[in-house]
Parts: sequence; structure tokens; C-alpha cells
Amino acid sequence: MLRISLLAFLGLMTASFSGALLANPYEKTLANGLRVIVKEDHRAPTVVHMVWYRAGAIDEVDGASGVAHVLEHMMFKGTAKLGPGEFSKRVAAVGGRDNAFTGRDYTAYFQQVPIRALPQMMALEADRMANLKLDAKEFAQEIKVVMEERRLRTDDNPTALLHERMNAVAFQAHPYRRPIVGWMNDLENMTYRDAQDWYRRWYAPNNATLVVVGDVDHAALFRLAEKTYGGIRRHVLPERRPLVEPQQLGIKRLSVKGPAKLPYLAMAWKVPKLKDIERDRDPYALEMLAAVLDGHEASRLAKNLVRGQKIAQSAGAGYDSTLRGEAQFVLDGQPAEGKSVADLEAALRAEIKRIQDEGVTAEELARIKTQIIASQIYKRDSMMGQAMEIGSAEMNGIGWSNIDKILDKIRTVTAEEVQAAAKKYFGDDTLTVAVLDPQPLAAASRGPVPSGLRH
Amino acid sequence: MKKILYTLLPLLACLASATTLAGVNIEHWTAASGAQVYFVANRSLPMLDVQIDFTAGSVYDPAGKAGLAGLTVGLLDAGARVGGALLDEEQIATKLVDSGAHLSGSADHDRAGVSLRTLTSQPEREAALDLMGAVLAAPSFPDEVLAREKARSISAIQEAATQPDSIAAKRFAAAIYPNHPYGVTASEESIARIGRDDLLAFWRGHFGARQAVVAIIGDVSRAEAEAIADRLTDALPQSAAVTPAPPAVSLPQRETIRLPHPATQSHIQIGMPAEKRTDADYFALLVGNYTLGGGGFVSRLVQEVREKRGYAYSVYSYFAPRKLEGPFEIGLQTKREQAGEAIKLVEAVLADFLRQGPTPAELKAAKQNLIDGQALRLDSNAKILGYLSLIGFHKLPLTYIEDFPRRVEAVTAQQVREAFARHVRPENLVTVVVGGD
Repeated sequence: MLRISLLAFLGLMTASFSGALLANPYEKTLANGLRVIVKEDHRAPTVVHMVWYRAGAIDEVDGASGVAHVLEHMMFKGTAKLGPGEFSKRVAAVGGRDNAFTGRDYTAYFQQVPIRALPQMMALEADRMANLKLDAKEFAQEIKVVMEERRLRTDDNPTALLHERMNAVAFQAHPYRRPIVGWMNDLENMTYRDAQDWYRRWYAPNNATLVVVGDVDHAALFRLAEKTYGGIRRHVLPERRPLVEPQQLGIKRLSVKGPAKLPYLAMAWKVPKLKDIERDRDPYALEMLAAVLDGHEASRLAKNLVRGQKIAQSAGAGYDSTLRGEAQFVLDGQPAEGKSVADLEAALRAEIKRIQDEGVTAEELARIKTQIIASQIYKRDSMMGQAMEIGSAEMNGIGWSNIDKILDKIRTVTAEEVQAAAKKYFGDDTLTVAVLDPQPLAAASRGPVPSGLRH
Repeated sequence: MKKILYTLLPLLACLASATTLAGVNIEHWTAASGAQVYFVANRSLPMLDVQIDFTAGSVYDPAGKAGLAGLTVGLLDAGARVGGALLDEEQIATKLVDSGAHLSGSADHDRAGVSLRTLTSQPEREAALDLMGAVLAAPSFPDEVLAREKARSISAIQEAATQPDSIAAKRFAAAIYPNHPYGVTASEESIARIGRDDLLAFWRGHFGARQAVVAIIGDVSRAEAEAIADRLTDALPQSAAVTPAPPAVSLPQRETIRLPHPATQSHIQIGMPAEKRTDADYFALLVGNYTLGGGGFVSRLVQEVREKRGYAYSVYSYFAPRKLEGPFEIGLQTKREQAGEAIKLVEAVLADFLRQGPTPAELKAAKQNLIDGQALRLDSNAKILGYLSLIGFHKLPLTYIEDFPRRVEAVTAQQVREAFARHVRPENLVTVVVGGD
């Protein structure tokens, strides 16, 4: 009964919306290499305007970790035409919001504004793409802010600290071993020239994608983009060497101490990522596996570990198949009161073993497919959500036009394929296990800060 | 119960562009159950959002049982009678996921409720609404689930007690609201005292239709919205028509509280009880706070503390108006060695602002941003749903959204100074520092 209604629903969806969906988004590449992607959304007179640069922590080198993120901060500090802080003032003056973020694979800048302010935002973004002014004084101030950010997000956050140290152990050659915010020592020794080098190397129209979602006409937008960004010259980009983590040959374990009450456990296996959209199967099976474990309220980890066996205070599973670097499948959680980290590890392993031995059910797969369809509809209520989806697909090399195809592919995954993936990828030899060892607050004081470090 | 019908509005909605959210046409009526219903039709996406709020916030937790409101809402979907059958939490979760819907609960100081996001296709919509109605009208509160969730709540409280932000927030609330329910947060002891009878009593006492606010936005007609509101509220418990107001808020005396923590940063909160949601000074305080610390990078706090001196990554001020006086707060985190200097600087910025108010340029910029940014606050169903619930719960005028630009524009610098003088008083400011030296 349920399956019939789901198929009928799918039919309804395709019939009603195929006209609108096929035409939109629109794409064009300017002569200088800037890719422009526009998704028309006329529900409200507002627009999200984003510029994504294909440069992130993955492109950094030892000794200068964190520079991608530092440069992101410096992008607000003035150009040849604009004084420091003026960028944000201009956005605020039109009633807009703006921000930026740096990831492992990219750095992105965005504004959300009433539609009439879009030309001005594009001019501002184009200006700092080409004309950023970096100086020692502004840098000296802003690097302090970045250090406070590191303290807030990582140094004083035991779970974040654990993940930072875990990446450094799981990846020994690959750049993913370095934190996005950068090691504190690298920040303390960074100069404005590091940021300048980074900007000159990577901030070019042929290394960028412009994503616009909102109340625009795509043809008009392409003309505006040409007028605003078209004059910026392309750069020759540095060679990007293939970065490969040597095969892991045995289990790795680490322990991190921090002020906390509950222990926390993370287990990460090295697994393949999506490379060939048409022919790959394992990444889709792994996506389905992650969803069966932790895709929704009725999924296995919540049902069995948190509610059923009461072994976990919390438990989760995660896998990102589309990234520039190397993929991991992660299980994590906190043990319930009275249970140990060893209990939780055993329970998580048992969930994988159960799928290895028994597979997954047709109902579970159908449930994930329903979730996928529903979330694609819900996402259309958020212009920001749609812009993020398009931008990240462009950055990791998949391409926005393949988003729906990937979802279609995931929906074709069979129970046998999920079981086979569970059997193939969850051995100990490619596993890293990290445990947060909770320290009572009084005992958790760190030693005094050594003198001689620049603050 | 009198039913107020806006028959003209659905016709206008058909004539106007079905795809624009810019002009928000709010329809309001009282359902037969007594619930207040607020509805906006939006036919552009095949989805529906429904939120029902009750006068059931943590301010109504009985003495010694702080956390009851949160637990009650959290356990609504732990078991319920759905169409004659008693379903357990797994069955409810499964049915919900199968319909593609999301059901969530929330509880703040004043209100608690449940939100549903569902597709409008059938049978998904019918299944989702059935579940929402059932968890509100016939929750079973199974003992084993209560025991488990109490244990998880206690673990979460213990964990929060190791985190500087949570430690600061808890102590700050207690210090600015001495001897008032707004200052009480759930503790291990208060959670431990809660039994199934408490959940039932709270639900019966607070989840009735006559104080319910139903907000609906999505791809349904007025007639359908009426039917939805009816089916969701007809079987609610028979609570009183009016909940007695919480006790009045009294102001704290100025003090500084220091709590130890090994973190590399001090977490600092400075503030006092300040403003009711319905306060006549609402717009003056909103406009004024934009300049002080609400406007992000263009605010004085960010300029002085972050941009000029690099003391903090995050520094801000806000008013959080509630049914009774909600807090004014300045917050920041900074390397512990410079916490003292950072606090002095923040106090100086505040004192300056209290003395002079915004400059003409600052006032103009604040108004311009708040007015021109209106469209951004209305460009999704989810955002509009929030407005409907807010208007309903605080009984704001239906014209609140369209009035907003005019009310902001009318604020003068003198009004800002006078409003701040009334609501932010140095002699009543409490400072909490976690991890100071």
C-alpha cells in the first residue's frame, strides 16, 4: 500500500513541476573564466549573491595553515576604493546581510539583499576579487580576532579539539590533516604577506563561481555579470598536484583530554568518494548506509542505541561523498550514564555487523527515498539553502546540473549493495578511533602560557 | 464562539500574484474550539507549515520541578493514541518519516508548542496531520520513555555544567531574575523529581484550545486551513481559558559574579531584565540597539571591541523581550588575560551610548537597514510562520508587518535615549565572568 502511494506521488511531482524544474538554473561562463549560475526564484523580491573561490584549507602548506581563513577575514578590510569596514557598511545600508565562510575545499562570500541592491553587491564583490588592499596594520589587528575565533571554536571546545586531533592522526600526508582555522603557532607567525600571496595565487575569475538565487531574470543577470566581473583578468593558476593519503595499514587510536563530563567517541573509516557519477556504485551505497543509520528520527542509531538499548546519550553517522579531498565514513556518540566508551564502541560496531550479516530492509530504503524527495521540495523554501547546494556542488567538482542525478542514483541503490558496502569498508585496518577523556573542571587547568609567543 | 470571516481576502489572493511573498495577507479567526488561528495562503510550493503554541513555557514549571515544560513537550511523541490505536514512539517516528514530514517541539520561557512541516500531497498530508493532532490531544507519556529522557536530560545538564557558555547563561539568568521563575533553569534535582503525573497535569493544564495559537502557511485554501485548525484543536484537553500571569519581575542590584573555568577565554555576559514584547518602547530600543551592538559590523561594540582592538571574535548586544521583562544583554568572549580591559571597554561604550544615544548618521543608518531589510525577513514560508506565531502569542496587531517600517521611521534620537535610560540602568546591571583571572 505504501509503495503504491509513493509511486503515485512521484508521478504527481514529475507531472506538475517538470516544466519549471527543467529550465532553471541557468549557466554561463564568461570569457575570463568566471562561471555564473543563476536560479530564478520569484517568490519574494530578494536575492542571494555568492562568490565561491576554489581555494580552501586543502590548498595550504605546512607553516601557513589557516591562511585561507585569514584571507577571508582580510577581504573585509578594504580595497583600492573602499576603506576598512566599508564593505559591511554598504551592505547594511541597503538593508542586507553578509558574511563569508572558509571550508576545507573552498572559500565563499555572500550577501542577502533586496533585489534592487544586487548591482551594487556585484560591484563590491568584483572590486575585492581584483583590488584587495592588504597592509600590516589591519592584518595585525585581524589576526588577533582569528586567534580569538580559534580559542572560541576549538581550543575551548573539547569535541572540536578532538576532531582536530583526529584528522591529524587519520591523515598523515593529506592536507585534510590540518585544521581550517590553522594551528595556533601558524597564526602567531603569519604575516600579511602570507595572506597577500594567497590572494594573488588563488583569487581570480577563472578560479571562481558566481551563484545567484532569487528574483532575477537570468538573461539580465548574465549581462550584469559580464558588465561587472567581465573586465577582471584571469590568472594562470598554480599547478594543483594530486594529493593522496598513503594507504592506512592498521588501526589508529588516540585519546584527547578536555574539561567535560561525558566521554565522546568518534570512529572514522577511509572510504571512496564519488568520482564517476554514472558508473560508481559504492559511494551511493555508502550514502544510503549513512541514511539508514542516521538519516532521520526512525533510523537505526537513534532507534537502537539511544532509545532501545539506552547505551548512547547521542549517536550519529556521517559520510560526505562529494569533496575535493579524501572521504571518511564516521560514526560517533556519547555513552549514556552508566555506560562506557567501550560499550558504545561495541554497540556501534554491532550495528555495522548486523547490516553486514542481515542487510537492510526494503522499507528502510523506501523511507530514505521519501526523505530525499521531501527535502528537495522543502529546500525550495530557502534561497540560501539552494545557493549553498549549487555552490558546494560546483566547488567539489560534481556540478550543479548533477545534483538531481546523484539523488536519482542514490534512490536506485539496492539492499544488496548496501550490505556489500558494509562488508567491504568497515575493517579495522582503515579505522581511526578517537576518544575524549573527560577531565573534571578543577583538574583540567592547563599550564601557564609560555612567554615569548606573540599574542 | 464567534467566527470572523475574511471572505474578501481569499479572492484577492487569487487575483494577486500567487507567487509573491512580498505582501503578506494574514487571515485571522477563532476556531470553534476557541483557538486563535492565523493563516497565510502561499500556493507556490506544495508544502504546508503548521505551528501551535501554548501558554506553556518554563515560567510555568512548578517550584522544584524546573524542566517540566520542556520534558512535557519533548515527550508528546513518545506515545499517543492515533485513530483508536495506541502507538509507541517507534511507530510514531516511522509513520512521520514515511510521510516525509518533520515534527518538532519547542519550549522557551513563555510558550511551548509543536511545529509540523509536511508535503501537501496525499496521503502524506493526512498522515502527518493525524500524527500532529494525536500527539497534542492524546499523548500517553510512557513511563519507560520518561525514565530514559530524564536520565538523558540529567546527563545533558551535567555536560553543560562543564561548558563556559552554559555556565555563564545559567548563572546570568539566576542573577538577573532573583526569586523569579525566569531565573530558574532545570537542574539534576528538579528533573529527578518529575513523574508521569506531573507531565499529565502540565499537559492538561496548559495544552488546551482556548489559549492555543495556530499558525498556518502553505499550499492550502482558507477552507482547508479552517479544517486543519479544527481537527488539530477540537480534541485538546479542557484547560482553563486563562493562565494566571507569572509574578512581576523585580530588578537586580548591580554586581559582578566570577566563576572559575580552565578555558583559554573568559565568557562575559552583562545585562538586566529590560523589556516586555508589548512595551511602548519596543521600536526605540530596537532601533537604538542596532547602533549599540545589534547591527553586526556596523555596531559600536563590534567597532570598538573587535575591529579596533581585536579583543573578541564575537561581541554583541540584544534585547530579548518576553511576555514579562526579558533581558537586555551584552555578550563577548576574550582571551582571559585581557578580560578586565575588555569589560572596561564594553562598559565605556555602553556608558557613552546611554549618555548621548545614536548620532544622526547612526540613527539614519539603523532605520535604513531595518526598513530596507524587511523583505529579507519575509522571503520564505518558514520566516512568515514565525511572524504568525509571534503576532498570535503576543496579540500584536494583524497589521504588525506592514506597520513595521512606519514605526521604525518614527523613532527619534531622543526617544532612543529616553527608552534606554528607562530600560538599561547601570545600577541594576549584572556582570557574569566565567573563566576570569
